[in-house]
Amino acid sequence: MAECHDSATATLPPLSEGRARHIVAIVGPPNSGKSTLFNRLTGLRQKVANFPGVTVEHRMGRMRLDVGREVFLVDLPGVYSLEPRTEDERVTHDVLKGQMKDLPRPDAVMLILDSTNLGRHLALAAPILSLGLPTMVVLNMADDLGRRGGKVDVAELSRQLGTSVALVSATQGTGLQQVTEFLSGATLGAKPKAPLMQLPVIQDVPKCRDWASNVGRKSDYHAPAPPIWTRRLDAIFLHPVAGPLVFLLVVIGVFQTIFAGARPLMDAVQDAIEASGKWMGGALPDNAFRSLLVDGVWSGVGSVVVFLPQILLLFLFIGILEDSGYLARAALIADRTMARIGLQGKSFIPLLSAYACAVPAIMATRTIENKRDRIATILIAPFMTCSARLPVYTLVIAAFIPERPLLGPLFGTRAAALLGLYVLGFLAAVLTARMLKSTILKSARAPFVLEMPPYRWPTVQSIGLRLLDRSRVFLRRAGTVILGVAVVLWVLANLPLHNGKAPEIGHSLAGMIGHAVEPVIHPLGFNWKIGIGLITSLAAREVIVGTLGTIYGIEGTSQSVGLQAALRHELTPGGAAALLVFFAFAMQCMSTIAVVRRETGGWRWPAVQFGYMTVFAYTFSLLANKLISFLF
Amino acid sequence: MQMRGNNRSEGHRLCADEQKSDNRHAAAHTSGSYGNHSGRPITVLKRGESGILDRIELPEPDARRLMEMGFLPGHTITPAHSAPGGDPRVYRVDGSEIALRRETARHLLLR
Repeated sequence: MAECHDSATATLPPLSEGRARHIVAIVGPPNSGKSTLFNRLTGLRQKVANFPGVTVEHRMGRMRLDVGREVFLVDLPGVYSLEPRTEDERVTHDVLKGQMKDLPRPDAVMLILDSTNLGRHLALAAPILSLGLPTMVVLNMADDLGRRGGKVDVAELSRQLGTSVALVSATQGTGLQQVTEFLSGATLGAKPKAPLMQLPVIQDVPKCRDWASNVGRKSDYHAPAPPIWTRRLDAIFLHPVAGPLVFLLVVIGVFQTIFAGARPLMDAVQDAIEASGKWMGGALPDNAFRSLLVDGVWSGVGSVVVFLPQILLLFLFIGILEDSGYLARAALIADRTMARIGLQGKSFIPLLSAYACAVPAIMATRTIENKRDRIATILIAPFMTCSARLPVYTLVIAAFIPERPLLGPLFGTRAAALLGLYVLGFLAAVLTARMLKSTILKSARAPFVLEMPPYRWPTVQSIGLRLLDRSRVFLRRAGTVILGVAVVLWVLANLPLHNGKAPEIGHSLAGMIGHAVEPVIHPLGFNWKIGIGLITSLAAREVIVGTLGTIYGIEGTSQSVGLQAALRHELTPGGAAALLVFFAFAMQCMSTIAVVRRETGGWRWPAVQFGYMTVFAYTFSLLANKLISFLF
Repeated sequence: MQMRGNNRSEGHRLCADEQKSDNRHAAAHTSGSYGNHSGRPITVLKRGESGILDRIELPEPDARRLMEMGFLPGHTITPAHSAPGGDPRVYRVDGSEIALRRETARHLLLR
């Protein structure tokens, strides 16, 4: 306690002369625009890095200053106080106190507050100022504040707090000049002044709130009028009848667009890859290197890169839903379902983000205070349909399900099948959660508290940056994991040499491995080629598409018929259904296993999870195969 | 519960004790028909009707979290929209809109 509110007047530790870079932490309540500002300041120069032991959300970015120096900005998870209650709050706490491994204590703090709700948000200034670090208070959403008739005396607030204060709009990019100036100053090591108003005991929430009110009053803060448009929109989106309908329409619309809307783009990418592969094949002499490059690498990596437009479209929708504020409403509408599974509302956000990728979702469970709820959420997150499954689903659906309109031209059979697979994953998660929560992970329910942000227009820049980031992640994976697997697979498919020539794929090492697992997967309707795909997809789900691309690329006969036609040739409808079900349920992802190990602190949970999901997947694939084979 | 208790600071425990004694104090002076406690929960408020929060009868970490979100004794609370079926409901408090499930909201008692 002494270290908290007494240290406001403590002297700043001297900045070490030799240090090349200065670190500025960005802190603030959730949804105050920290990441938007972070992206603004670091722009495309940002180096998104996972720093050790910390989630992908806690990013570091570099910002170059005019004077030729640079600062490192650390984007921390949103907090309402500095009490380390959840894992992500602990990250913020540890970074600010200099207790984070491999990261020196920040040289300065930038506190981002929502200027439209300063009364409440200023309460966070008390614990932050008591850290005794040079601090700048950034009042974000100035545009909203002005439009809705609120105001604040920035100079007076700065005097009251003893820090520099800037009124900015991170989305519009206004007022950022002062922020840049502070960051230049921070690197010079400005000493913090004690605030005029003595800081309250920071553990006492009502006292902190009173302190914030007083500071606000002295700074002539006038809260803005309530957001009229938000109220009008909520009258529709949270209407007892219209609300769920809109929810349903949004979900259906997203799936249809992901499926049908992405087609032309995907075809274009596909054509480009095929044309360039042909060109390379023609330009290079016929040797092993050409085979590796064209049949191994190009067809392997290429067949996965084709899905980039689709994945970007998915993230575009997630971005729009998130930034506009609709996602919080969707969470509200879906909460009843979550309660019925026995999970708390806080599990909803991680589970929702698991639709993009299980890795950030599992990290996002750090916000859940209750350890058992957290483990349960981690265990079911990989059942949610992540974007890596999309290539597999799209390929198999397009190969086996004819497109027919269901609800007019807007919703066809293929989109419905895709939606069905998403529902299937969700049901598996529900079933597992119920089982876990009624047996080994029983716990009292923690309260569900969810803030409804005002609706805002998503900005092109904010969403654009995220899409760029996603493309980088996706392409990096294609360039590393998928490329590596493609090369290894090509080698295995071309050995042992037969009279100095590559063997037929069935007699190659890869073929032998495939044949070895065939007896196990035969009941599911899979042959040895699919078997090779299942093994390689242990690295990452989408790898199976690349693998099949490579296998059919090497197998000269089917090169011209394309992957879809090849699949139709390889699989019965029952086998295709089994393949879809297998990918819906199996934990085919090294990154997920690694992150579960890290977040649960051992191999026990990832081992249990992998075993459970594999058995689950095998059982239901078998059932799917038998059922579909019986029906058709 | 005991799992959470581990990393409480000394100051925190103090705060919790103070709050508990506050609760007892308040309970002795108000009367109502809600369960074993006195005072009406905020769930009795109709949409658009306002009430003043008196106390939160939840374990300390949960109560603290709610206070940080604006549910402080003395603040005005106004119920707004809800999910279909009326649960969870959005409450306007301290300049924000916060959704709570009924199971939580019934432990927030009005003055």
